[in-house]
Amino acid sequence: MPTMVERPLTTSAASSLPPQVQPADPASTGPSAAGETVAFEIDKFSLWYGPRQALYEVSITIPATRVTAIIGPSGCGKSTFLRALNRMHELTPGTRLSGRLLLRGQDLYSPEIDPTVVRRRVGMVFQKSNPFPTMTIAENVLCGLRLNGVTDRDFLRQRLEESLRMAALWDEVKDTLFRPGISLSGGQQQRLCIARAIAVRPEVLLLDEPCSALDPIATAKVEELIHELKRSYTIVIVTHNMQQAARCSDRTAFFYLGKLVEYADTRTIFMNPANPQTEAYVSGRFG
Amino acid sequence: MKRFFDAELEAFRSRLLQMGERAQELTRLAIRSLMEADLKLSDQVIASDDEIDRLEVQIDDEAISYMTLRGPVASELRVVIVGMKASHDLERVGDEATSIARRARRLAIEPKLESYSDVQRMANIALEMLRDALDCFILEDEQKALAVCRRDPEVDNMNRMVYRRLTSYMIERPDTIARSIELMFISKSIERIADHATNIAEEMIYLAKGKDVRHTEQVRKEQPPASVPPFTAS
Repeated sequence: MPTMVERPLTTSAASSLPPQVQPADPASTGPSAAGETVAFEIDKFSLWYGPRQALYEVSITIPATRVTAIIGPSGCGKSTFLRALNRMHELTPGTRLSGRLLLRGQDLYSPEIDPTVVRRRVGMVFQKSNPFPTMTIAENVLCGLRLNGVTDRDFLRQRLEESLRMAALWDEVKDTLFRPGISLSGGQQQRLCIARAIAVRPEVLLLDEPCSALDPIATAKVEELIHELKRSYTIVIVTHNMQQAARCSDRTAFFYLGKLVEYADTRTIFMNPANPQTEAYVSGRFG
Repeated sequence: MKRFFDAELEAFRSRLLQMGERAQELTRLAIRSLMEADLKLSDQVIASDDEIDRLEVQIDDEAISYMTLRGPVASELRVVIVGMKASHDLERVGDEATSIARRARRLAIEPKLESYSDVQRMANIALEMLRDALDCFILEDEQKALAVCRRDPEVDNMNRMVYRRLTSYMIERPDTIARSIELMFISKSIERIADHATNIAEEMIYLAKGKDVRHTEQVRKEQPPASVPPFTAS
């Protein structure tokens, strides 16, 4: 078991920000993490897609079993940042990076680390629900375990029910487990994807705009689910919906032009942000 | 970036400032009606109270509507919340001004007591506090707002001294009891107006800095010396 590192939450390397994205007061932008277990510890993390730099020296500490929201305008690097947390960006050719990204003290980019192991530890749910179209509901949930060689039928049955219950979907699908996953409604499909992600019991769940294609009722269910899941999982959510970030998250990070501008308790970000750009963004006056 | 509903927040700010102006004006007129035994002025103040009440209802309505429909956050949310709270204080200032005017009406036909000048001094300080507190709504000046809070004990002390002086006066001159009691209530109303100005100033600190200083040592520091300037001889 790697040593858990406790470190106060930090903002990005302010020195490298252009004047328009300088945090007003770096000392006031990070809440104290005293008593919290750290999940991700990220230091001066930069990322390039070919010649284009997408992230600039992002330094941030993400606490475990909390919801951290990533907000910012389109193209600010928030999805890139999220994908970097489970090395998903490596699927894009020409990507390179610098800096350090630790999960529970372990460097996820260390040469001896297998990216598939990283993705098992750090699950991901995407903007558009994407159940495997040829699989049933049950097969969708269990495919991760089966790919990892689990064959014990009792175990699989138990994990199926547990995962669907955790995803608040069991009561709705328990009688139709062998129907295609894509027969479900949009909101149910998204919760099915969450069930699929948590079936392999990751440590972290990354949610990339998980509710952007859902109606308000399905959104409320997913948000309720996020609230329940944070008891067991570290959750990082990218959202364009400010109200959702305010409702669901404990911490919020504001990104702009590939830089972390401000990171603080969600309450601080939405009630009294230190940086005028954060204030302009969360109040919709940005641009 | 300008948003299509920015004008609503500007209108809300203007409405609060308008209410503040009216509350100050009514207080000034109520005191003047007392000092000049002007029944017409007293009646004018009493009749104007409804206007302040209507403004409070209007401000509440606009605030609730803005919060519901526009989802304000950060400093914008503070403007709306502070606006609602300050409007409640201003409505109470209007009530106190009306109360002063009613008592001034009853006192107008009586010979003046000597403590009137003390009451005038108290009223001047309370009005300055109210003006400065409302200025902070525009300036968002924490130091100025703190200075208002720290003047409150000065008015409290003056009120206590007026009370003591009028009590002695009533013992010496029982024929002045009814007038003295009216003046005591007027003094208390002025002291309450200073309290409301202090509340507004505390709210303005929250507006400017996002910190709640109510019931903290911060607003009590640097109080004026224990001995307030001497009152005029009574």
